[in-house]
Amino acid sequence: MIEVENLTKRYAGHTAVDGISFTVARGEIVGLLGPNGAGKSTTLRILSGFMPGTSGSVRVAGFDVFHDSREVSRRIGYMPENNPLHLEMRVREYLKFRARLKGLGWKRSRSRVDTVMQQCELTEVGGKIIGQLSKGYRQRVGLADALVHEPELVILDEPTIGLDPHQIRSVRQLIKSLAARHTVLISTHILPEAEVTCNRMLILFQGRILAADTPEDLQRRMSSNSQIIAEIAAPPADLRACWTDMPEVEQFDVSAAEGDYYRCALTAHEGIDLRPQIFALARERGWSLRELTRSRHSLEDIYVQVTRPGEEEEA
Amino acid sequence: MQAWWILTRRELAGFFCSLAGYVIIAAAAFLTGLSFVILLMKLQDEPTSMPVTELFYVTAFFWLILLLAVPVITMRLFALEKFTGTFETLMTTPVSDLQVVAAKFSAAMVFYLLMWLPLLCCILILRHYTGEVSGFDGGALGCTYLGIMLLGGVFVSLGCLASALTRSQTTAAMISVGFNVSLFLVSFLAVKLPDGDWKTQVLGRLGLPDQMHDFVRGVADTRTVVLYLTLTLFFLFFTLRVVESRRWK
Repeated sequence: MIEVENLTKRYAGHTAVDGISFTVARGEIVGLLGPNGAGKSTTLRILSGFMPGTSGSVRVAGFDVFHDSREVSRRIGYMPENNPLHLEMRVREYLKFRARLKGLGWKRSRSRVDTVMQQCELTEVGGKIIGQLSKGYRQRVGLADALVHEPELVILDEPTIGLDPHQIRSVRQLIKSLAARHTVLISTHILPEAEVTCNRMLILFQGRILAADTPEDLQRRMSSNSQIIAEIAAPPADLRACWTDMPEVEQFDVSAAEGDYYRCALTAHEGIDLRPQIFALARERGWSLRELTRSRHSLEDIYVQVTRPGEEEEA
Repeated sequence: MQAWWILTRRELAGFFCSLAGYVIIAAAAFLTGLSFVILLMKLQDEPTSMPVTELFYVTAFFWLILLLAVPVITMRLFALEKFTGTFETLMTTPVSDLQVVAAKFSAAMVFYLLMWLPLLCCILILRHYTGEVSGFDGGALGCTYLGIMLLGGVFVSLGCLASALTRSQTTAAMISVGFNVSLFLVSFLAVKLPDGDWKTQVLGRLGLPDQMHDFVRGVADTRTVVLYLTLTLFFLFFTLRVVESRRWK
């Protein structure tokens, strides 16, 4: 569906996208993950045909986005960052206007507007002015706009930014439901979001793709070296001795916590989950255990991990 | 064609959905009304052989409306869309740059012509109550509106260009006023230059006030019509290039 080869975008003095290549197959939901300024929005803007890349080629459904931009835009539903809308228009009126602008006939646009309004749960606010809607509803209007002409590819730039947790959940659900009929490319800087919604993630950092994998595989790679935090009420010397004796523990750190407890941060050898052993140890010694967790890797950790020298890979 | 029509309608609706549209029309109607009062007072003092359209023109409110209202009409066309980001959603639909420029220009022209309707009302009121027919020449009236339309085309296309150049509506309006006033004043330079000089001739040809004066007298010179149309197309072409320029960067 999408074929990007050696795409580079240079602005005066800096390179926003630096020779990236990737493909997206029909029916996939792919997440473009990266911190602010990683080149996500630039890549999506180029894919949508809004602006050209400096070099490299981008094809969507077999059409070059620059030379056949009108053919491409018929096949793409694009929601830019911050979801710009005509705030003075009413929801139904806006969607109708967009549908007609995207080349749908009068009758077809009416039926499609009804369909997407149902799909995005907008039917009850159809007569309301967009500017008076909550951010969650506005986001739905943006999504409905991207879907109104039944595009093969839906590109969403940060679709859940600025929403409350409840709204985020419902927008994510909506995106997941698109998978059956559309190919979806979303950009985000929130790891759990990509985890929940995407089949595949591309990690973009400083204009380059550092890793491309399924969320599970990326997590597996990350969790191999994850830390276990255990807070145990025991003499620190005993704790240190135990961790030294335990062959699975690669590294440990014991520090005083509140009360009689000590906080142990343990790193295991690859692929080993230490938690059952720690629990068994505490029970055996009669120590009281008040916390046992595996520290979740934040996106930041992943960047650190993938940018570590020697592990860098080009997708 | 469908896209052009839909965009033009949307732009026009944009004028009437905002307070700005009504303020512009109200201001233009107020100034036209003022010139109407002045005209009546003049007619009371002494009879004149000038056609009514010319009497309206010589009150100077005409240029005030034209030079100030047009930038306010055109400033939002591209600048507002760029500022709010809707320009991106617009340009990623299967609509060509030419259709966008044409639609914005057409909508601004329609609004501009609507702004001149109070003038027609004033003339009709005058004709109705005075019962005078000789001063109300249909040809002169048609020519006046032709002039208003052609001159408006030049200024509106200039305004489109100014709006396409920036994201700020205020900057767009300032550029536009600057352009318009320069174009208006350039004709007065011709008077200061020596006769027979080529510069004098060129500037004289560009003299918008003189040419507009011909129109209100009922004289439509083909050369002027061609000049105005060419200037309009010239500025629209530049606007198109500016809109396309995002593809060059």
